Amino acid sequence: MITATEITKKYGDKEVLNIQKITIPSGQSFGLVGNNGAGKTTFFNLILDLIRPSSGKITNKNIDVCHNEEWKNFTSAYLDESFLIGYLKPEEYFEFIAKLRNVNDADLQNSLLQYEELFNGEILGQKKFLRDLSKGNQKKVGIVGALIGQPEVIVLDEPFANLDPTTQIRLKKLLRNLNQTTNSTLLISSHDLGHITEVCDRIVVLEKGEVTKDLKTSVETLKELENFFSA
Amino acid sequence: MTADFVKLEYKQFFRSSYWQKSIALNILLGFVALYFIVVFIALGFSLYPLIHKFFPDRDPLVVASSFLFYWFLADLLMRFFFQKLPLMQVKPLLTLPIKKSKIIHYVLRKSLFSFFNFLPLFAIIPFGIVTAVEGAYDSGKIFTWIIFVVLATLIINFLNFIIESKSSESELSFLPLLVIASILFGLNYFEIVQFDTFLSRGVEYIVANPFYLIVPLLVLIGLYLLNFQNLKKQLYLDRSVQNKAMTINSSDLSWTQRFGSSAPFLKLDLRLIWRNKRSRSTVFILVIGLLYGLFFYPNKVYQQWDAMYVFVGIFVTGIFMINFGQFIPAWDSSYYKLLMSQNIRYKDYLNSKYTLMMLSALILFVLSIPYVYFGWKVLLIHFAAMVYNIGVNTHVLLYAGSFNRKKINLDQRAAFNYQGTGAVQWLVGIPLMVLPVLFFYLPYKFINFESGLAFLIVLGLLGILFHTKLMRLITSKYLAVKYPMIEAFNQDN
Repeated sequence: MITATEITKKYGDKEVLNIQKITIPSGQSFGLVGNNGAGKTTFFNLILDLIRPSSGKITNKNIDVCHNEEWKNFTSAYLDESFLIGYLKPEEYFEFIAKLRNVNDADLQNSLLQYEELFNGEILGQKKFLRDLSKGNQKKVGIVGALIGQPEVIVLDEPFANLDPTTQIRLKKLLRNLNQTTNSTLLISSHDLGHITEVCDRIVVLEKGEVTKDLKTSVETLKELENFFSA
Repeated sequence: MTADFVKLEYKQFFRSSYWQKSIALNILLGFVALYFIVVFIALGFSLYPLIHKFFPDRDPLVVASSFLFYWFLADLLMRFFFQKLPLMQVKPLLTLPIKKSKIIHYVLRKSLFSFFNFLPLFAIIPFGIVTAVEGAYDSGKIFTWIIFVVLATLIINFLNFIIESKSSESELSFLPLLVIASILFGLNYFEIVQFDTFLSRGVEYIVANPFYLIVPLLVLIGLYLLNFQNLKKQLYLDRSVQNKAMTINSSDLSWTQRFGSSAPFLKLDLRLIWRNKRSRSTVFILVIGLLYGLFFYPNKVYQQWDAMYVFVGIFVTGIFMINFGQFIPAWDSSYYKLLMSQNIRYKDYLNSKYTLMMLSALILFVLSIPYVYFGWKVLLIHFAAMVYNIGVNTHVLLYAGSFNRKKINLDQRAAFNYQGTGAVQWLVGIPLMVLPVLFFYLPYKFINFESGLAFLIVLGLLGILFHTKLMRLITSKYLAVKYPMIEAFNQDN
């Protein structure tokens, strides 16, 4: 589905990302871990064509993301608060996103129903603008926004950060379900090794911009990662 | 401590990408400042000879003082629009071991170094010297007079910040100040209450008895303290939480559907305008824009000069597009990344902005029809101006937007951010209004009135005719600067 070939990103002389090759097959749930500055967000930004690579190429379903915008039809993302529109109510935000993805209103209402549990009654019908919601609730809106319209590729940067424990558990369940039932490709990053091993089939460790580990998730993966990061 | 603050701000200013992108504008501003300095110096040197010529038997200081009322009024208005309380991002400082009073004193003291406070010096000091030398005037008195004007200037400085903070709390923004200033001016002009003689008597008295300089000094200290208190109340984070209880009006805006693929953006724009303080002020400017014609049309002086009417026409029908269009796409800067990663065609996005501006011009034209009272010519000019606005100015604004790198923080209510527009934004508006006047004036001058109008309309129609082509050009320009724009909008100033 997504292929990054010889991707580098430099700021001045400093190289922040250098990936020889990563191929993410369709339907995989792909986890990215690494310390601060390892290049996780940079990689996601490159996939979404929000920054330009210094060299190399990223294709999404064989579309070169730099030169053709067609990938936007089946890809969605939530990286940070700049994906939210502060002066909209959550309903209006979802409606806006749905319009852009050609989801009609009835389908939108239907799909929002399945997130009731995640929302925990704090999102819909609150008469509040997004800017007035708490950080955690903003994040819920952003993540659900990225799931609208059953995109084939979903990119989430640190989806578990800022969420309360209950929501973290519910979100894990939701993401696993989503990946299994819809065959969508899931790209997430996290600092929480436990969460990411629970959700992802495959985990890639980035260190100083380079891939240092590429693991297929198994029972030992969590242990291995913990050992790696405590070394 | 003060030195640290200065260092912080210096870094904020020079490290923002806005600065790097707009050196040209900063240089232009520098020239404007230089121009005013030269004008004021010239005024300073020529004032005494002029007074001496026209009022040979009157005391030059008293005559100069009688102009002070108008100068103070104009100064206050100028400052209200162009001078902002030096904005500092105070949030990170609040939890650091710095006394709040220190931050406030710093901000207030810094405002003393504003260009507006130095400008009068360029006029009054030469004037004082010339009067003392040529008029053989008592230099002690002149010194007292200069001190008085300086104190008064500083009083206006602090008065302005109080007015700004009060008016930013109300919805009408600068409407009250304009009304009050006009009333003062009117009362004085029609000699109902003679503020100017009142003021000049007071000045005369102070010059004769320098001890009474204590009065303006006390007023100044009082205003300083008032400002201090005002700001102290605002230096809390929950200050921004407090006035949040804005009622949500959920008009369904379903009528936007007829604009097809641009509809979601149009809806978004309308909500953007109405739900954010910063953008809502553009709506209130409409009222002022519409009434603008009343300053000109009844006045006999301008009736000789049709080109002025074109200026008014462009202003009246284009006031919204000039105010709103200048900040495209910065209005959407806080969620620009979202827009860029969504299934959006730039063309639709830009088209919705175009539609909004076009509709505003149409609506404003319809609302300005009553001006026909001042003659058919006015209506014709307004029509031509509207067509020009729709055909030319919209595209110019959209194209100019691709150079926009300054983020607008809609959510933020920075403690000192009273208004959003500075002098730079007003400068950008000039070519939008001056060029059509030229386009009208040239054929008008060499052929006749009708050909001037026709030329404006033809230019506008050409723009409308080539709309799709122009939009394609503009869109490709936006695409070309996509990455730098994302990066700049990602910066918090």
